[in-house]
Amino acid sequence: MDKTAGGRVRVVVGSNSVPDLDRLIHERMRLGIVSALAANESLTFNELKKLLKTTDGNLSVHARKLEEANYIGCAKSFEGRMPKTEYRLTEAGRKALEKYLNHMEALIHAMREL
Amino acid sequence: MASVQPIRAAHPETVSLQSHAMDNLKFIRETMESAASFTAVPGWGGFAMGVSALAASVIAAFQSSRETWLGIWLVEGVFAIALGALAMTRKANRAQVPLMSAPARKFVLSFAPPLLVGALLTLVLYRAGLTGAIPGTWLLLYGTGVVTGGAFSVRVVPVMGLCFMFIGAVALFCPLSWGNGFLAVGFGGLHLVFGTIIARRYGG
Repeated sequence: MDKTAGGRVRVVVGSNSVPDLDRLIHERMRLGIVSALAANESLTFNELKKLLKTTDGNLSVHARKLEEANYIGCAKSFEGRMPKTEYRLTEAGRKALEKYLNHMEALIHAMREL
Repeated sequence: MASVQPIRAAHPETVSLQSHAMDNLKFIRETMESAASFTAVPGWGGFAMGVSALAASVIAAFQSSRETWLGIWLVEGVFAIALGALAMTRKANRAQVPLMSAPARKFVLSFAPPLLVGALLTLVLYRAGLTGAIPGTWLLLYGTGVVTGGAFSVRVVPVMGLCFMFIGAVALFCPLSWGNGFLAVGFGGLHLVFGTIIARRYGG
């Protein structure tokens, strides 16, 4: 198995069975956030951090990108005096993940038929 | 993943592309599974199981014969397991997880064996006339199931299992007449306390 740094996939140009990759959720950390939220109604910032084994800074950068794309929604509240950030997947985010999954499946099928 | 490889050597670029796609799918599945089993244990379900166990302990305390006492707890056991299964399914459905089967299977596979052992031992102990040892055995084995089944869940779940095991162990070395009380504290009290914690912290 040969792995390119960052797990990036090179899309074969001219392969018309495969639509364009959604770069936004293709990135590992963002794909992780979307996948984790697909399996839960909502997750707090700290739960996501623990699940994806990442740092505060890294998670907030990628979460903001997904938020800007309206793939995830974010609600800030207070639990006692502690601020609590809760994320959930939007309909657009769920669709994007589904599309991405189909895309990956299509890639695998396309390769098998070669 | 088992797959039939073409005899003709594939183009190296397409092979790496395919392995990347599979790698990505694997990553998504693993993340979803760990995220799902992380919070799949139903809090309010546990709370409801606690309420039903307390009710059963009250009814069972007034039974004069060992048979009816045991019968009431057996009915409660089946009822509580159904309640827990229902709550777990609802929590999973609410999250709309198509890939839910793997974590659910993992949980059932590690949770069911101790329960089966418990059912068998119940029969053995009853036939040997050792009904008094049944409460401790139940608590101990249920706790074992929760610890192993909840190993990949939030930490509070295996902690609850350990508490069950502890109460069960204590029950085995206490006067047999306290058995009903231990069942009330374990299946009633622990479920109420931990059910509330899980429900409030981990979404239902």
